Amino acid sequence: MARKLLILLAALFLGIVVVLPVIAIFHRAFAEGWGTYVASITDPETVSAMRLTVIATLFVLPVNLVFGVAAAWLIARYRFFGRRALLVLIELPFAVSPIVAGLCFLLIYGAYGPVGAALEGWNIQLMFNLTGIVLVSLFVTCPFVMREVLPVLMVSGEDEEKAALTLGASGWSIFRHVVLPNISWGLAYGTVLTMARAMGEFGAVSVVSGAIRGETMTLPLQIELLYNDYNATGAFAAATVLAGLALVTLALRGVLDRFGPKRRAHT
Amino acid sequence: MLAMKRTAPHILPGFSLSLGITLLFLCLIVLLPISGLLWQLGQLGPGDFIRVMGSERVLAALRVTFTAAAAATLVNGVFGLLLAWVLTRYRFPGRNVLDALVDLPFALPTAVAGIALVALYDRSGWVGSLLDSVGIQVAYTWWGIVIAMIFTSIPFAVRAIQPAIEELDPDEEAAALTLGANSWQRFRHVILRPLMPSILTGVGLSFVRSLGEFGAVIFIAGNLPYKTEIASLLILIRLDEFDYPAAAAIAGTLLGVSLLLLVAINVAQTRLQSYLRTGG
Amino acid sequence: MSFEAHDIHKSYEGTEVLKGVSLSVGKGEFIALLGPSGSGKTTLLNIIAGLAHADRGRLEFDGEDITRLPSGARHFGMVFQNYALFRHLTVAQNVGFGLKVMKNGPGRAEIARRVEELLEMIELPGLAHRYPAQLSGGQRQRVAMARALAIRPRLLLMDEPFSALDAQVRVSLRSSVRDLQRKAGVGAIMVTHDQSEARALADRIAVMDHGRIVKFDTPEAIGDQPLGEPAVAGS
Repeated sequence: MARKLLILLAALFLGIVVVLPVIAIFHRAFAEGWGTYVASITDPETVSAMRLTVIATLFVLPVNLVFGVAAAWLIARYRFFGRRALLVLIELPFAVSPIVAGLCFLLIYGAYGPVGAALEGWNIQLMFNLTGIVLVSLFVTCPFVMREVLPVLMVSGEDEEKAALTLGASGWSIFRHVVLPNISWGLAYGTVLTMARAMGEFGAVSVVSGAIRGETMTLPLQIELLYNDYNATGAFAAATVLAGLALVTLALRGVLDRFGPKRRAHT
Repeated sequence: MLAMKRTAPHILPGFSLSLGITLLFLCLIVLLPISGLLWQLGQLGPGDFIRVMGSERVLAALRVTFTAAAAATLVNGVFGLLLAWVLTRYRFPGRNVLDALVDLPFALPTAVAGIALVALYDRSGWVGSLLDSVGIQVAYTWWGIVIAMIFTSIPFAVRAIQPAIEELDPDEEAAALTLGANSWQRFRHVILRPLMPSILTGVGLSFVRSLGEFGAVIFIAGNLPYKTEIASLLILIRLDEFDYPAAAAIAGTLLGVSLLLLVAINVAQTRLQSYLRTGG
Repeated sequence: MSFEAHDIHKSYEGTEVLKGVSLSVGKGEFIALLGPSGSGKTTLLNIIAGLAHADRGRLEFDGEDITRLPSGARHFGMVFQNYALFRHLTVAQNVGFGLKVMKNGPGRAEIARRVEELLEMIELPGLAHRYPAQLSGGQRQRVAMARALAIRPRLLLMDEPFSALDAQVRVSLRSSVRDLQRKAGVGAIMVTHDQSEARALADRIAVMDHGRIVKFDTPEAIGDQPLGEPAVAGS
């Protein structure tokens, strides 16, 4: 009896607080019919925002993958002074709110910041363009790959790598043939999380993008713009794309959980 | 530097390479930007800092942010525990779906969540129209901010508590039952007590997340200065006015509080755990 | 043709685990490193394999100083306690791994031929395309042997090679390990805490205790007298 009540209460809470809003997005997006939806979603400005979002993500992903694997390897396999501090530093971006993160970048890499001002002399501008968007996206997604790869490395241990070493394998061979296959699930998972976050980041990107129409608008920014322009249908239509992406992310997570090797409970 | 020269060379290859990549990335992407904020704060004298932070509007924004975050955290503490309990202890059809849905707010971009919540809670929305008929308005009020914060931070509470429930010993519950404890006593002593450290973590993370939440909040908040304006938005407004020092002062305060809370959670958790182990 | 370790010292975080150990292995000779856990035998084996560095002391092979030589360049085959098979590679790929990553190593066809030969030798020719998870403990152990022997090592190192097996398989695999080692004509060092195992297999037994070798002689010479500290008598 109590059991049923608790389950019902939990489902009700999640339904109203979490699921209903997502249903509302699709409801509003299609409220004026399929034709309006298609027109909104193929609007040139919205399409160009999607393109920019994808391009920025394509820059963020490889950098974050390389960093995430390197950092996880470093922390899992070596004992050195400052190891714990390093771990804290990697997790730090989780504690920084998006607007504060964007502001930090502006203050250092912007035209009035010490680094930005120096680069200005060489005509290099980092903020209010694609570079700025990529940089803050790297910040907000910083721990994602590392967090997924580190536990896999910890669990799999270093015996296989040592075995490869005694067999005469070079560092690259060990990585390619032993480490990479072992961490592939963690990598896949980290990639999905990074992608979802990079595509959806709003606060930090809105500080550094400059929000130039048709030029530095990512999809989340475009949604805000449309919404504030009283083009609610357009905003909700664009939102369905990102909401769909989020649902795909969750589905992938489910698939990886079911068919991938057992991972510890994630956070 | 981080590497120790005195220790023996590392056996597995790749130490210098991975250290180099990690440090380069962290310097450019994490350390330098954060030091940018500190540098700007350094430019600001203590007098200026107090002047910025003491202004009526900033204080109001901080009040709105902190009270809303506290309210959202309270709700998340209760329902986070409930969800974690139901998902770990009970097997029922649809459990996997429910479990996956907990992460939806985490996966959903905040701007999308923001307009979704408005669509639901404003006067023409499904929930909003219901509430409106009984004279309650959520959208564009302080309550709207709370709703948005609940939405974005519920996964943090659930996911922090879940592993601890998995580790609870069902035998202890059974033992309490045979000792004739009533269900409230059982809940308090055998369940709530050992879960306290993880509840604290979940609630703390959820609070920190709520403090900094921006995208989900601004659409539903109404953003009236002194009434429904959150601190993050005020930073953005100061930025648009090119008042960098003021923006940095508010941001520094927000960041400082978040970091202090995270450290406090960490310390409290360690203390609590050792207390439970020895005294429990 | 032999391997020698001279006066090896090693400390971990202030605790001295090896206090000046010397050891020699003749050509084709089988040495057992016998001792209780914590006696330093695995540390010594890792130092010989190049998986740890000695604080002091020297390693030599045929008079050549190999103390600073990286693990892979030593050309020693190692069988790990839990075998450390590459779980994402098939049995054949596991056995052929050392040949594949070898600089100027044999070609694909030659590797395939040698792998086949080795699988015949360990009597598992039908399992070439299985993955380690699909093998029994005894089969894994033999694959690990084959993988170590594939690179035609100058010395074979084994860390408790039978400890993960049940008693029956353990005894039956002893003779097969000794056979393989003889056929390969290679010297071997085996770490074990099991006296009967050491006696059954080794030409000479090095008894270790508290970071020192306290006896180093043939099983016959060591005879039935109890070995070192009472702790050795376990198992």
